[in-house]
Amino acid sequence: MRILSTLIAGLIFGTGLILSGMVNPLKVQNFLDFFGSWDPSLAFVMGGAILVAMPGFWIVQKRKAPFFSDVFHLPTRTDFDFRLLAGAAIFGVGWGLGGFCPGPALTSLPLVAKGTLIFVPAMLIGMVAAKLTSLISH
Amino acid sequence: METQFTPLTSLVGGALIGFSAVILMISHGCIAGISGIISRILPPSIDRIELPQSLIFIIGLLLSAPLWFLIQGEIPVQVVSDNYILLGIAGLFVGFGSVLGNGCTSGHGVCGISRISGRSIVATGTFMTTAFVTVLVLRHVVGG
Repeated sequence: MRILSTLIAGLIFGTGLILSGMVNPLKVQNFLDFFGSWDPSLAFVMGGAILVAMPGFWIVQKRKAPFFSDVFHLPTRTDFDFRLLAGAAIFGVGWGLGGFCPGPALTSLPLVAKGTLIFVPAMLIGMVAAKLTSLISH
Repeated sequence: METQFTPLTSLVGGALIGFSAVILMISHGCIAGISGIISRILPPSIDRIELPQSLIFIIGLLLSAPLWFLIQGEIPVQVVSDNYILLGIAGLFVGFGSVLGNGCTSGHGVCGISRISGRSIVATGTFMTTAFVTVLVLRHVVGG
């Protein structure tokens, strides 16, 4: 059940990304292109996700613990530090340049577009680099 | 190039993403943040406890497009740029930025906002803004 729930969550997440159009970088970039070929669809993706997750989380967290763990593993930080802002800013530039964020990029791998096969390894390198810098700075 | 406005399928797709996040929360008590799920199992500090669950979730993502093809009989619509240098830079930025800022569109944009996390709301506002500006420059200044 433990493994199955995670696998099903991954499948539903990926299917949601495909159905919503998030796996299409052109559609993502059109959402971000206010003054050009604007496609507001992605606002509906975020809206739909929050509409389900917000009440869902609220109900789930009335429980003492999740099914397969002793506690909820939730972020506890509330401060706005430089890393959060700089990281989000850099992420946004990359998202705008490629039209891909991590979930859709991985989901797109089996579609084997050349651009995806370049984007994903570069993304993994970027992630390792960020982990290295935080290791050095601590 | 224009893409079709798809409010209904986008809303339903979004609801599926939210539903998946709720499944992860009720079964494992964790956030469906894709950048976190990927980066946790990368060097230099591999989280061996989370490794199996992260890999299984990623396998689920990777099986989605083949499953879609089996059921729908068609490949998901996708137009990826053929500017490979640009996509390489985009990948580096997305990877580096999401790990530095502790989250991406899913972790901050969906889960964080749903938890009404101040950090996530600020992060989402920040990456939306820089993404808008990047596309503006890319399409209307450089490419215009």
